[in-house]
Amino acid sequence: MIISFVLDGEARTLEVDGGARAVDILRESCGVTAPKEGCGTGECGACTVLVDGVPRLSCLMLAAQLDGRAVITAQGLASDGPHPVQEALADLGGVQCGYCTPGIAVTAAEFLERHPDPTREEIREALSGNLCRCTGYHKIVDAVEDAAKRLGSGCGRDE
Amino acid sequence: MNVLFPATVEAALEALCAEPDAHVMAGGTDLLVRCRAEQNRPETLVCLEKVADLAGFEISDGRIRIGAATSMTAVLENAAVRERLPLLHGAAKVFASPLVRNMATLGGNVCTASPAADMLPPLYALGAEVELRSLSGVRTMPVNDFIVGPGQMALAPGELLSAIIIPIPEGRTIQYFEKVGRRKALAISVVSLAALLRVEDGVIAEARLAWGSVGPMVIRCPEAEALLKGRSLTLGALREAGEKVRDTVSPISDVRASAEYRRQVAANLLLRLAQISGAH
Ligand SMILES: Cc1cc2nc3c(=O)[nH]c(=O)nc-3n(C[C@H](O)[C@H](O)[C@H](O)COP(=O)(O)OP(=O)(O)OC[C@H]3O[C@@H](n4cnc5c(N)ncnc54)[C@H](O)[C@@H]3O)c2cc1C
Ligand code: FES
Ligand code: FES
Repeated sequence: MIISFVLDGEARTLEVDGGARAVDILRESCGVTAPKEGCGTGECGACTVLVDGVPRLSCLMLAAQLDGRAVITAQGLASDGPHPVQEALADLGGVQCGYCTPGIAVTAAEFLERHPDPTREEIREALSGNLCRCTGYHKIVDAVEDAAKRLGSGCGRDE
Repeated sequence: MNVLFPATVEAALEALCAEPDAHVMAGGTDLLVRCRAEQNRPETLVCLEKVADLAGFEISDGRIRIGAATSMTAVLENAAVRERLPLLHGAAKVFASPLVRNMATLGGNVCTASPAADMLPPLYALGAEVELRSLSGVRTMPVNDFIVGPGQMALAPGELLSAIIIPIPEGRTIQYFEKVGRRKALAISVVSLAALLRVEDGVIAEARLAWGSVGPMVIRCPEAEALLKGRSLTLGALREAGEKVRDTVSPISDVRASAEYRRQVAANLLLRLAQISGAH
């Protein structure tokens, strides 16, 4: 089937097998490798992308479900320079191998839009579906907390 | 594979009728994991995500009707659910992870009919009904009649689960859900308890208790419920009820826990009711 969607701000139309997974067509047909496949079963969150603004697991979505939607990956998040969350992750050591980072970045960016002034507990809950095998999470939580400040004080991106 | 996106319930039912082998997909969080594990790709999927009529909340006549394809995030965030059905809200809060909750639906959890499905014990304890729709009409039945075995439902061919209807408990009730898992997020429950107690003048007027993961299906324990009814809410009464539960449940041992551990936890979880109500 033919699907059309907007990927990181760019319109795409492609012919896909309706049963293909979203993560595969994003990475292989569209060449956007920000979403990573970790577990393939919904447990790690490395494949998270924003679909119409909502964080979703691209390993548990079909390509067909993307038709008519807008998808934002961690690459798109950084289209005008790194998003404050991405900057904070880099600055505060919330990234080690980086495999989990694209998923964490989009999950956290959307979370901060809804919760501009979160507690650490709320940050932990929001990221509970994003596993990281390297950082021990502490620095990731620090980074999201810091990104909230960057966004709040207006020294993030101007919209 | 052919994926259909009907926009109305009628169109979805017609698609199911035209293709008897088609599978229904709501959030896909069980279905797609299972297809992959079993290397089995259905010929046709009827995806419910664009059927607006199947999502959302309606409150009338003392009942909350939740569309089957309502996401777990929407259930968690709904104010009426939070205020009137804290039991359901409590289960939604510990359900999977925020990412899975954005995709998974309440109806999909019911139709998985797993003994470990977190939303089922609350629905049993609340006396929920399922609404089933086919091209020939609508019928309703209690959720405990709908689930007939592990993974099995009283769903006729060509029929969809269209809504879950929950009576709002009258008066003041204690509603409590607890899930014991191996960790906080994304853990399949080892034992869960959904409890609804109506306490009037210090006496338990009604007790409805349902456990998950301690048998092939969600289990209620009428003996324990009967034992609590008419008594005051004390630690002693809950301990006695726990003894009944321990004798009634028939858990299995698996990688997550032994049968004996599950039996013990099923009984112990009742004691929390004393804690939250301040009883001794
Ligand atoms: C990482 C992960 C963690 C999870 N954690 C939990 C957890 O903590 N607790 C828990 O209970 N579950 C958990 N689950 C399981 C799953 O997310 C839930 O059971 C979910 O509610 C299923 O809903 P769905 O909409 O995704 O169903 P789907 O996968 O779309 O469907 C499930 C089944 O129901 C059928 N179906 C769906 N909707 C209808 C309908 N309206 N009418 C008729 N048939 C229908 C489908 O054909 C399919 O057989 C988890 C899953 C994953 C991947
Ligand atoms: S790859 Fe999708 S959640 Fe792990
Ligand atoms: S930085 Fe390596 S998985 Fe998170």
